[in-house]
Amino acid sequence: MKRRLCCALSLAVLVSVSASAAAPKISGGVVKIGVLTDMSGLYSDLGGQGSVTGAQMAVEDFKAQYKPSFKIDVVYADHQNKADIGSNKVREWYDREDVDMVTDVLNSAVAIAVAKVTAEKKRILIDIGAGSTRLTNEDCTPYSIHYAYDTYALASGTAKAIVKQGGDSWFFLTADYAFGHSLEKDSSDIVKANGGKVLGTVRHPLNASDFSSFLLQAQSSKAKIIGLANAGGDTINAIKAAAEFGITKNQSLAGLLVFITDVHSLGLQLTQGMMLTDGWYWDYSDETRKFGKRYFDKMKKMPSMVHAGTYSATFNYLKAVQAAGTDDADAVMKQLKSMTINDMFAKGGKIREDGRMVHDMYLMQVKKPEESKYPWDYYNVKAVISGDDAYQPLSLSRCPLVKK
Amino acid sequence: MTKRRLGYGLLIVLALVAPYAGLYPVLLMKILCFALFACAFNLLLGYTGLLSFGHAAFFGMAGYVAGHGIKVWGLPPEIGLLLAALAAAALGLVFGWLAIRRAGIYFAMITLALAQMMYFFFLQAPFTGGEDGLQDVPRGKLLGFINLADDLNLYYFVLAIFIFGFWAIYRTVHSPFGHVLKAIRENEARATSLGYDVDRYKLLAFVLSAGLSGLAGATKTLVFRFATLTDAHWHQSGEVVLMTLLGGMGTSLGPVVGAGIIVTLQNELADKVGSLVSVIIGACFVLCVLAFRRGVVGEAGALYRRITGERRS
Amino acid sequence: MTEIFGVSTQALLGQLVLGLVNGSFYALLSLGLAVIFGMLNIINFAHGAFYMIGAVMTWMALNYFGISYWWSLALVPLVVGVVAVVIERALLQWLYKLDPLYGLLLTFGLALIFEGVFRNAYGVSGLPYSIPEQFSEPLNLGFMLLPKYRAWVILVSLVVCFATWFLIEKTRLGATLRAATENAKLTQAFGINVPLLVMLTYGFGIALAAFAGVLAAPTKQISPLMGSNLIIGVFAVVVIGGMGSILGAIVTGLALGVIEGLTRVFYPEASATVVFIIMALVLLVRPAGLFGKRES
Repeated sequence: MKRRLCCALSLAVLVSVSASAAAPKISGGVVKIGVLTDMSGLYSDLGGQGSVTGAQMAVEDFKAQYKPSFKIDVVYADHQNKADIGSNKVREWYDREDVDMVTDVLNSAVAIAVAKVTAEKKRILIDIGAGSTRLTNEDCTPYSIHYAYDTYALASGTAKAIVKQGGDSWFFLTADYAFGHSLEKDSSDIVKANGGKVLGTVRHPLNASDFSSFLLQAQSSKAKIIGLANAGGDTINAIKAAAEFGITKNQSLAGLLVFITDVHSLGLQLTQGMMLTDGWYWDYSDETRKFGKRYFDKMKKMPSMVHAGTYSATFNYLKAVQAAGTDDADAVMKQLKSMTINDMFAKGGKIREDGRMVHDMYLMQVKKPEESKYPWDYYNVKAVISGDDAYQPLSLSRCPLVKK
Repeated sequence: MTKRRLGYGLLIVLALVAPYAGLYPVLLMKILCFALFACAFNLLLGYTGLLSFGHAAFFGMAGYVAGHGIKVWGLPPEIGLLLAALAAAALGLVFGWLAIRRAGIYFAMITLALAQMMYFFFLQAPFTGGEDGLQDVPRGKLLGFINLADDLNLYYFVLAIFIFGFWAIYRTVHSPFGHVLKAIRENEARATSLGYDVDRYKLLAFVLSAGLSGLAGATKTLVFRFATLTDAHWHQSGEVVLMTLLGGMGTSLGPVVGAGIIVTLQNELADKVGSLVSVIIGACFVLCVLAFRRGVVGEAGALYRRITGERRS
Repeated sequence: MTEIFGVSTQALLGQLVLGLVNGSFYALLSLGLAVIFGMLNIINFAHGAFYMIGAVMTWMALNYFGISYWWSLALVPLVVGVVAVVIERALLQWLYKLDPLYGLLLTFGLALIFEGVFRNAYGVSGLPYSIPEQFSEPLNLGFMLLPKYRAWVILVSLVVCFATWFLIEKTRLGATLRAATENAKLTQAFGINVPLLVMLTYGFGIALAAFAGVLAAPTKQISPLMGSNLIIGVFAVVVIGGMGSILGAIVTGLALGVIEGLTRVFYPEASATVVFIIMALVLLVRPAGLFGKRES
C-alpha cells in the first residue's frame, strides 16, 4: 500500500520532470471527477441522478469551449446516506482510481466524513448539496469548498428580509436535534438584531407523525411569522397541516430550509405566499433559463440549486485545472481561490479562506397558483441578497484556517 | 476436531495476508467489524433463539462512546474500545432485563422499540453531533506506541479484536453455558423443568451479545474515524439479522460469510443500481426465509455431509 | 380562562381532540396487526408498507384514473387486500409450520421491497393530495376550530374499529374465526376451511392498514417512508395493549394517541419517545400487556 504510493509518487515526479512545461501535468493523464450523491434516499430528488447529469453537462461544455489537452472522466456512486459507505467509496476512488475531485456529497454527515478523507489524501472536495455550516467552521479543511449554500445563508437571508418587511414577531417550529437548533439560533439572532421579537418556540421530533398540535401552539402565540426550522418531510407536513388548520390566513410561514423540489411536491396551492431563500433559480435570467431548458430536455425536471451548483463547480474546477496546468490539489485550490466565479450559477463569486464560496442569494416568494404561467414557474424573486450579507461573516468563523 | 482447527488456522493465515493480495484494507476492516457484530448477534439468535430487532442500539451507542472517549476525553484507543463495550453491555443489561419478560415476537418488537428510543436519544443528545455525526475521531496510538493511523497497523489490530471476539463466542457456545442456551432454544419449558433459571441465562447471553456488538461498533468508529446515526438506525438492526440469516444462523462461520457478502454487495452496488439497493436487500430476506433458511454456510455444510455421507455428530 | 399547568383548558381540549385523531390511526393499524397475529401467529412487519401503499394508491387512483377520494375509500382497501391475499398464498403460507420469527423476517423483507419500489418510482419528496372539498370548512367546537376532515377521520375509524370488533366478537363468522385461532385442527375437523379463513383474515388485516392509508392521504404528504416512520410506534402500542383482545388494541391505540398529544403540549421534547417509555413501564408492571392474556 505504502510502497505503491511511493512508486506512484516517484513516477509522478519523473513524469513531471520530463514533461515539457507547456503540456499540463495531469496524474494518470486523466482528470477524474467523482460525483458522490444520494441516489435512493431522502435527498435523491434534490441531488441524485440530476447531479451526475449536471457534472456531465459541465464536462461536455468545457470540452467544447476550451478544447483541453487532457482527458476528463466522470464517475459516480450512491452513498446511500451512510457516512461509512460514502467515505469508503471516496477512499477507494482516491487510492485506486486516482479521482481528483469529488463533488455534490449531499447529507452533512457524509460530507464532513468525506472532507476529512479528502484532506488526508490531498485531493479536492467541492461540496454542493450538504447544508451544515460545520464544513466551513469546525470541520473546515484546506481542500474543501462549500459551494452552493449553507443553512446559515438560507435562514438568515429569509429572516432578515421578512423582519424588514414588517414581520417582526416570530414563533419557531424547530426540529429537535442539532441541525434544527442551529437553524433556529441563526435566524432568531437575526430577527432580534433587526428589531424583531421571538415569542416562543416548540420543539418537535424528527419525522413527527403529526404537526397539528405543534401548529396550534404556534397559532395561540399570535406571532406574525411562524419560522419552520426543520427540513424535508417535516417541513412539508408542517406546511400542509398549517393550510388545513387555516393558520396561514392570519399568520405567515417562513421556510428556513425549503428547496424548489419541496415546493414542487407540495404544489402552489399550499405554499403560496411563503418566503424562502435559495441560491439559484432556473427562471431568473436568460442564462439560467438556457441551462434550465437544456437540463429539462435530459431529466424532464427543472434543475435545483444543487444540480446547477454541481454543473458550475465542475466547470470551474476544470477551468482551474486548465489555468494551473496541473491537477495537483494544492495548485488547483490556489487557482480556485484566486478566481472569480462568473457563470450562470454565480456572478462575482469568491472562495474564501474557510472554503466558503460567497455568492448572491435570492429571496423568493412562492407564487399564487393563478400567477404561475408554465410548469415550474414557482417564484417571484423579491430581492437579491449580496453574498457578504447572506453568509456568516469571517469574523464569526470557527475555522482554524482563518487568521484573525 | 483437528481438521476444524486446521481450517481455522488456514483462515487466519488468509486474513493475515489478505491486504497483500490486493484487497482493500479499509473494506476488509469494515467487513471484520460487521462480521464481529453479526457473530455477536448470532450468539443470541442462532444459539439462544432470541430475535433481537434492536441490536443497532448497542452497535451505535458503543460507536459514540468510543468516539467521545477518544476524541474528547483523550483516552487511548484500547481503553476507549473497552469502555464502549462495557457501556454497550450495560445498555444490554437494561434492554435485556425489560425484554426477556416476553418471548418470541414480542421480544423482537420490544427490542425494536427500545432501540428506536435510543435512536431518538442519540439524535437529540448534544455529544453525538446529531445528523452531522461525531466526526474526526483520532485513531491514536495503540498501547502508546503503535501508530494506528497507518491502515495496515490498524488492520492487524482490528483482526486481533475480531479473532478475540470470535474466540470468545466460540468458547461460550461450546461451554456448558452454551449448551444450556441451546437447550433453551430447543425447548424452553424443558430447560426450566430441568432446574435452570432460564431468564438468567437469557439475560447473560443478551448482555454478552450486546457487549460484543458494542466492541464491533466501537472498532468501526476507530476505523472510519466517525460515528453517525446510521449505525443506530433500525435499518442497521435489520441488516445484521440479514447477515446472520444469509450466512447461516447457528453456525460459527455463517455470520462472517453473511457480513462479507452484504458489505461487499453494498460497496459494489454503490455505483450500479442506484435506488434499488433496498429492493435487493429486501429480496434477499424473502429468498432466505423461503428457500434458504440454513444460509450459505448451513447449506454448504449440509451439502458436504451429503457428499461424504457423514452423519451429523 | 382556567389553566392547567400554564396551559388553558381550551388549548388542552383542542390537543385532546387532535390526539384522538392520531389515536385513530394507531387504533386502525394495531387492530389490523392484532387480527393478523391472532389468526396467523405472525407479526406483519410490512403493515406500515401497506399503509403507505394505501396512501400512494389513493394518489394514483386520482391522478391516473380520476377516481375520487370517496371511491378510493372503498376500492383501495379492496385492491390492497387482494394483493395481500396473493402474497399470503404465494409466500406466507409456507411459513406457518415454522418459528413465527420467520414470518417477521419475511414481512420485513417485503416492507423493504415495497418501500424501495415506490421510492424508485415517485422519489421521496412526496406526493400532494388535497382534502375533499366537502371538508374544506373547519368545524367550530367552541374551544377550537377543528378541520372537518379530522373530525371525519375520528368518526369513520371508530365506526370501522367497532364494526370489526362486532364482526369478530359477536357474529357467527367471528365465532368460527376465534375457534380456528384457538384450535385450527379441531375447527378443520368440523368441516371449516381454515386455510381459506386464514387467507381472508390476512387480506382483511391488510385492508385495514390500506384503509388507514387512504384516510391519511389528504392530511400528510404521501411519501414512501411514511409507513416505516409510524410502524415502530404501532409495535410499541401493540406491546402495551397485548394482542389478546380486539377491544384492547382499539382502546390502547386511541389512548396512546391522546397521551402523545398531551406530551406535545407539556413536554414536546419527549413526544417521540413517550410511547416507548410507557411500553417499558407497562412491561415492568404487567409484562403481558394491559389487555393481554398470560402466556403459557
